[in-house]
Amino acid sequence: MAAVTETLDTVAAVTEGGYKWGFSTDIEMDMAPKGLNEDIVRLISERKGEPAWLLEWRLKSYAAWLKMEEPSWAKVQHAPIDYQDLHYYAAPKKKAGPKSLDEVDPALLAMYEKLGIPLRERAILAGVEPEEGERPPVAVDAVFDSVSVATTFKDTLAKAGVIFCPISEAVHSHPDLVKQYLGSVVPAGDNYFAALNSAVFSDGSFVFIPKGVRCPMELSTYFRINARNTGQFERTLIVVEDGGYVSYLEGCTAPQRDENQLHAAVVELVAMTDATIKYSTVQNWYPGDADGKGGIYNFVTKRGACRGARSKISWTQVETGSAITWKYPSCILQGDDSVGEFYSVAVTTNRQQADTGTKMIHIGKNTRSTIVSKGISAGRSDNTYRGLVRIMKNADGARNFTQCDSLLIGDQCGAHTVPYIESRNPTAKTEHEATTSKIADDQLFYCRQRGLSQEDAVGLIVNGFCKDVLKELPMEFAVEAQKLLAVSLEGSVG
Amino acid sequence: MLEIKGLRAGIEDKEILKGIDLVVPTGEVHAIMGPNGSGKSTLSYVLSGRDGYEVTGGSATFDGADLLEMEPEVRAAAGLFLAFQYPVELPGVGNANFLRTALNAQRRARGEAELDAVQFLKMARAEIKRLSMADDMLKRNVNVGFSGGEKKRNEVLQMAILRPKLAILDETDSGLDIDALKIVADGVNALRSPTFSALVITHYQRLLDYIVPDRVHVLAGGRIIRSGGPELAHELEANGYAAVVAEAA
Ligand SMILES: Nc1ncnc2c1ncn2[C@@H]1O[C@H](COP(=O)(O)OP(=O)(O)OP(=O)(O)O)[C@@H](O)[C@H]1O
Ligand SMILES: [Mg+2]
Repeated sequence: MAAVTETLDTVAAVTEGGYKWGFSTDIEMDMAPKGLNEDIVRLISERKGEPAWLLEWRLKSYAAWLKMEEPSWAKVQHAPIDYQDLHYYAAPKKKAGPKSLDEVDPALLAMYEKLGIPLRERAILAGVEPEEGERPPVAVDAVFDSVSVATTFKDTLAKAGVIFCPISEAVHSHPDLVKQYLGSVVPAGDNYFAALNSAVFSDGSFVFIPKGVRCPMELSTYFRINARNTGQFERTLIVVEDGGYVSYLEGCTAPQRDENQLHAAVVELVAMTDATIKYSTVQNWYPGDADGKGGIYNFVTKRGACRGARSKISWTQVETGSAITWKYPSCILQGDDSVGEFYSVAVTTNRQQADTGTKMIHIGKNTRSTIVSKGISAGRSDNTYRGLVRIMKNADGARNFTQCDSLLIGDQCGAHTVPYIESRNPTAKTEHEATTSKIADDQLFYCRQRGLSQEDAVGLIVNGFCKDVLKELPMEFAVEAQKLLAVSLEGSVG
Repeated sequence: MLEIKGLRAGIEDKEILKGIDLVVPTGEVHAIMGPNGSGKSTLSYVLSGRDGYEVTGGSATFDGADLLEMEPEVRAAAGLFLAFQYPVELPGVGNANFLRTALNAQRRARGEAELDAVQFLKMARAEIKRLSMADDMLKRNVNVGFSGGEKKRNEVLQMAILRPKLAILDETDSGLDIDALKIVADGVNALRSPTFSALVITHYQRLLDYIVPDRVHVLAGGRIIRSGGPELAHELEANGYAAVVAEAA
């Protein structure tokens, strides 16, 4: 029908060329030669001046990786990845190592400015509330290709006892903590991409919140892939001791390039008794063009361990980028009465493929988990929710609620829901709800009749669809996520 | 002034409007009555620019501007409002957010200053009070879980807030209890002014007791077959359409 076709065309017009973060930056780089072997692993470790135990760990991971095979169960398709055709280390060349932001390459600062990421700390005046519309201060760790280039508000955080620094730095400044927790949630041999990451991980953020401390500000890391033919393998480790609290956000972008780029990150979270970790992601890696050329392959392992009683880990993700997303942020609910949450919006347009979801492993008694997944597919994209809720024998009174909603834009895209529920405890209760809907032409017309442009109408309807997830984001980022959705869907949602 | 001349339009290969001639001078309220399936809603959709209708002849202008050339949102910003016969649900979209976004989009298009959240809420709450509607109307999601009557009231609230120059009400009185009927009438009457006009589509003379029209038109088989003063509505109420249709044939 005519109306439908027009909607599709409009969507297409909006989608193409819609990526606004696609510029690249000319920075002098220190690069490892292409390819992966033991020597490269040694070189990475050496460049970072790592202690012997860490090199050992990397080499073991590398050996494990060699014996593993790329997983093939996800509903994604791509040409074989040539792991020997990548650079495994790329870092901006430092003259003598910057002591302050003033010594950082101005091109780099300019790039982060362009991305809207404040690397310069705004002076915070004691007792002055941020004005309406102004962001409260957020501590930022900026990771450019493989290396952390700046971390802000370190002093303020240190006063509160919070450690927030590049993991490469934590290896030196807090070796015992890193040694104790690294790989304790995602073991080196957990899966193919985690093993690869463990062998070659470059940098990432380390967060430690000591007993009873509520982190005084949002922490955030911005990842940026810039170099060509480089894999990015960051590693994030967040540990919150008894009664502590942290809210952490990661954002990601990459330049627009014709070739695919590999991103295989690992994130480990540890929450002890009464600790809470809120981990939010706004992922906007370059998704490739309208024909599916280029874009990031995002193969990420994220897992949180609720080790202590009444601990809580909450994952919130808004995923609009990447050519392929393979990602299942999970919670291991070990402590009694611990809580796991997963709130997700995954948008796919053009030829993007997303296979994403979560795993909730209930081990402790009265553990509770909530899963709210909103998949939006447009263009010729494919969007799969894959979830596992496993209730172990001793998890008396465990509860899970799962809601999976799919929104289709146009009729050339796909949405799939693959929920597994395994319960080994008869007192456990699980609930699952799923819906699939379309943006109806009459909804668009209704909005336009009231004066909204087609694009604003799509944005409004999509944001309405995602409301339950967006409200979980820290407030100052929810607004950005809404804009991001509107932008990526403007093009993709007609 | 709304001026429709020889308007022909249809859907796929089916012609529904077969040459409509209708003039609504600025400041007047006209009623359109007519049997089911005669093309009343089609006319309202064609005037407001819904996709899927093909205009095969004639013209429609509003204050001299060619309506049929404009995108729906441009017509809205020009002052055209349609109260839908079947209002649409927007899950997760709050009424207040929806209306403020819409109002500001219109104001932007007209080069007027936008309203901030505080200004908007103040104005919207005043309209709600004036129309004796429930306070939670603004908090609820657009039409989601609304009863049939509540949806119609919400259309009237939207009209009151957007303050159009030309309102088309498509059976906004259908399914309403007598109190709600008065609310709808109040909504229209409050806007009545020398610069406002309205096209009120209805099946019931009753509504026209509250909104007294300047003219009444009978639409049948895709044409206006008779026009008259308010007394025409009474005649239709008493005798039905059959006599008028037969007379016109
Ligand atoms: N999308 C459509 N596809 C096919 N025919 C349609 C479509 N929309 C309307 N029609 C036909 O056009 C004719 C006019 O419909 P319209 O809705 O304009 O009537 P109406 O006068 O508003 O009727 P009612 O009083 O029942 O609301 C009807 O015969 C209807 O079946
Ligand atoms: Mg009708």
